Amino acid sequence: MKNLDRCFVGTRKGLFVLERRAGRLVVKRTEFLGAQVSMVLYDPRQNTLLVAIKHGHFGAKLHRSTDQGATFEEIAAPVFPPKPEGVSDIDPIRKTERKWSVEQIWSLEVGGNAGELWLGTLPGGLFRSTDFGASWQLNRPLWDHPARSKWFGGGYDSPGIHSILVNPHNAADVYIGVSCGGLWRTLDGGETWQLATAGMVAEYMPPNLQTQGETQDPHRVAMCKAHPNVMWCQHHSSAYRTDDGGANWKELKALRPSRFGFAVAACPADPNTAWFVPAIKDEVRLPVDGKVTVARTTNGGKSFDVFSKGLPQEHAYDLVYRHGLDADSEGGALLMGSTTGSLWESFDGGESWNTVSNHLPPIYCVAWGYR
Amino acid sequence: MSRLFLSLLLGLVKAMPKVVFTSALQRHVACPDSTVPGNNVRQALENVFRARPKARSYVLDDDGSVRHHVAVFVDGAALVDRRELSDEVNESSEIYVMQALSGG
Repeated sequence: MKNLDRCFVGTRKGLFVLERRAGRLVVKRTEFLGAQVSMVLYDPRQNTLLVAIKHGHFGAKLHRSTDQGATFEEIAAPVFPPKPEGVSDIDPIRKTERKWSVEQIWSLEVGGNAGELWLGTLPGGLFRSTDFGASWQLNRPLWDHPARSKWFGGGYDSPGIHSILVNPHNAADVYIGVSCGGLWRTLDGGETWQLATAGMVAEYMPPNLQTQGETQDPHRVAMCKAHPNVMWCQHHSSAYRTDDGGANWKELKALRPSRFGFAVAACPADPNTAWFVPAIKDEVRLPVDGKVTVARTTNGGKSFDVFSKGLPQEHAYDLVYRHGLDADSEGGALLMGSTTGSLWESFDGGESWNTVSNHLPPIYCVAWGYR
Repeated sequence: MSRLFLSLLLGLVKAMPKVVFTSALQRHVACPDSTVPGNNVRQALENVFRARPKARSYVLDDDGSVRHHVAVFVDGAALVDRRELSDEVNESSEIYVMQALSGG
């Protein structure tokens, strides 16, 4: 069960652990100051907090806390196997040779099997652990899939796995979202992978390639835990919803004030409720009219309400990244962090927001605590 | 008998360069100055990492090349072969592993 009196915020300059004092969330501890914290995951099975670090100079690392972020130990980070002699792995846009080396840990998710964790990286390798993160193995079927040669960078120079969705009823049913490489599904625990992008349209590609699955750019994909066939996608070109496990995606044309953005959160309980944080598209990537707003649908995307109460409405340039929005188990409590270091919380499903801070470092990821 | 000891015995490894790591790295993993056997930078650093395995991934990428934002100097000159680290060293060589000014 989520603990709304504690949260973890990963930023460009370290991890911030906040706790509620006299009703207000305040910074209780800072860790890894100076290092980028690209992902945090609370694993309730062992009450452990996993924190992915990207040192500016010294690479991607993983740390684990068993005391709610009070102390940490470094644990094994994923490592690519050597690229075999004679194997060429060329970036399709830049035509340069790709390195097989972890640049950044961009996603972490609890798996459905005992001790299982999934981890997504830049440059696009998916790793799995069966021992709570003590060791990691590259998923070769996905890494060796011929379609990976068409993946290219979206947001970063290299392609990266930012979303990992595990069917709560079936541990072998896993989706991964790749910027820029489509949405992929396995039904056999990672032995085989199929694209699940039908309905998505990539406006940034030439006309004859706009429906090609492996070059779709789903910025973020979120699953309704109670109804895992329902997922929401904030795509580079628009927003989508599926109610058949990704077999068909329908565009959310009613989303306003724009259909561009990075973050989406699905209500864990209600398949018709989700939140988006719209922005001006593509080459601008700022809030529309300098106003930070959150759009919520409660009817499966047929219509959206746009909320602004408590959020800056004048000359605000906060962008909310892919992992900058988290909903609690019921969907009433939301946490949101921005690129300009603003952190907000809402307890009425996004209708109004309280400012927690306006001066943290740029925020990459936020997560409510657990009890 | 270790391969290294055997190499020393047979005279295959002639140099014992000094290896110094930036204090910025010491924040994350202990790697004090050391003098290690090695005829080139790869051999010297691998001998350091054998004693301090955690330090390896802080300096080298998964494929064994020097990390993009790590700078290595050998006797005052920037490392030439950042992929294989084949730059030769001698008995009095000093290898400095520093952070680049980029990447922070």
